[in-house]
Amino acid sequence: MTDAPQAISLEARPRLPRGVRLVNNEAQGGMVLLAPERVFKPDAVALAILERCDGKSTLAVIVDDLAARYNAPRERVLADVTALLRGLADKKLLELG
Amino acid sequence: MTAKDTLHRPLGLLAELTHRCPLGCPYCSNPLALESRDDELDTATWARVMREAAALGVLQVHLSGGEPAARRDLAEITAAAHHAGLYTNLITSGVGLTDARITALYDAGLDHVQISIQDGEEKSADHIAGYRGAFARKNELAAQVRRLGMLLTVNMVVHRANIERIEAMVELALALDASRVEIAHVQYYGWALKNRAALMPTRAQVERARTFVEDLRAQHHGRIVIDAVVPDYHARYPKPCLGGWGRRSLNINPSGRVLPCHAAEVIPGLEFWSVREHALADIWANAPAFNAFRGTAWMQEPCASCARRDQDFGGCRCQAFLLTGDARATDPVCELSPRHTQVVELAAIQDDAPYDYRHQRSPA
Repeated sequence: MTDAPQAISLEARPRLPRGVRLVNNEAQGGMVLLAPERVFKPDAVALAILERCDGKSTLAVIVDDLAARYNAPRERVLADVTALLRGLADKKLLELG
Repeated sequence: MTAKDTLHRPLGLLAELTHRCPLGCPYCSNPLALESRDDELDTATWARVMREAAALGVLQVHLSGGEPAARRDLAEITAAAHHAGLYTNLITSGVGLTDARITALYDAGLDHVQISIQDGEEKSADHIAGYRGAFARKNELAAQVRRLGMLLTVNMVVHRANIERIEAMVELALALDASRVEIAHVQYYGWALKNRAALMPTRAQVERARTFVEDLRAQHHGRIVIDAVVPDYHARYPKPCLGGWGRRSLNINPSGRVLPCHAAEVIPGLEFWSVREHALADIWANAPAFNAFRGTAWMQEPCASCARRDQDFGGCRCQAFLLTGDARATDPVCELSPRHTQVVELAAIQDDAPYDYRHQRSPA
């Protein structure tokens, strides 16, 4: 539908708003993201990103952290993180504060 | 494969806490025979049910009714669900829910609020709800929900009286700072079925509405999510009723009977079990009503050999029964059903008779 997602400031401190939360549910086989009338099953990459959206860490810190942790090129990580976060923010499921 | 082999875990529980409601919406999906207050489950039973639901794998509970705020113990039930680990979603008309009470629900752990609004315009909205002042109260409650920092969904049920005002509905949802708006065409069960001809939009209106929703969605991308519930009498294929019978969700009615969906009691001969006598996990796995239409073994042609059978599950069992008298028939909304022309004919009947507003029978 769209080309590259709109960029997010590296100074943004993304956080999940009240009503959007990650929970561990053994009966459903692990971590799930619960949102208004929706349930998402994040893959390992999405989970690693979402767990860092604590409203304290800046996007720059999150990307550096993930790049180091997964030994991946920073630009590639930034693109992946931006795509995920922008998608959630467009659905009002993430605050970019 | 038997039903047991394919038993899924439910994701969602619709908890109909009460059938009492101050509004009289003629499209209400509650059954015509509403449960009385005397038969409602008590607080402790609901609290147990919430714990059992969480243990069964349920992730989200939708606190609904009737108007759930008609129960004075709503905050206690919400807290019980929250402590059981469930995501709590309140589905409310907004009437009877004061700012103080919504704040108490917030403190009890409420995750999300869905407010129904009957139209984008006050006079019509109050007429449809059969309650003067409802529109104003809903707007106030929406503001309080946002002040508390909770996400808000606005649910707009669409039918002939308001289908031309979808843009105003979306504008209202934006003004209320909702993150989601549901443009939900009436589904014809319960009171809506009784009022079908008074509610049914024309095919031309439905077509225009469809294009309109697509345009609004593109226009407001990133500002609000617009979800649509399609008008199934005007569709080519049936809706995959709740993602399959006894597969993803369950419904508990005010007196404790556990139903595969809110309309299931219209189907004769089904045996429902109650949370008063059985644990929820036992009901989910073993209640005859839940196993009646699980899987695909019950299907007749054209469903049984259809490529879409695992996609739409033959459509809605309740609708199949209501329109054909046979709960195993193909949902006649499907154009592959031999009775599809009947649905096309019903969709063409419009009658401007006054609404038969939803009402509770007065006690004898």
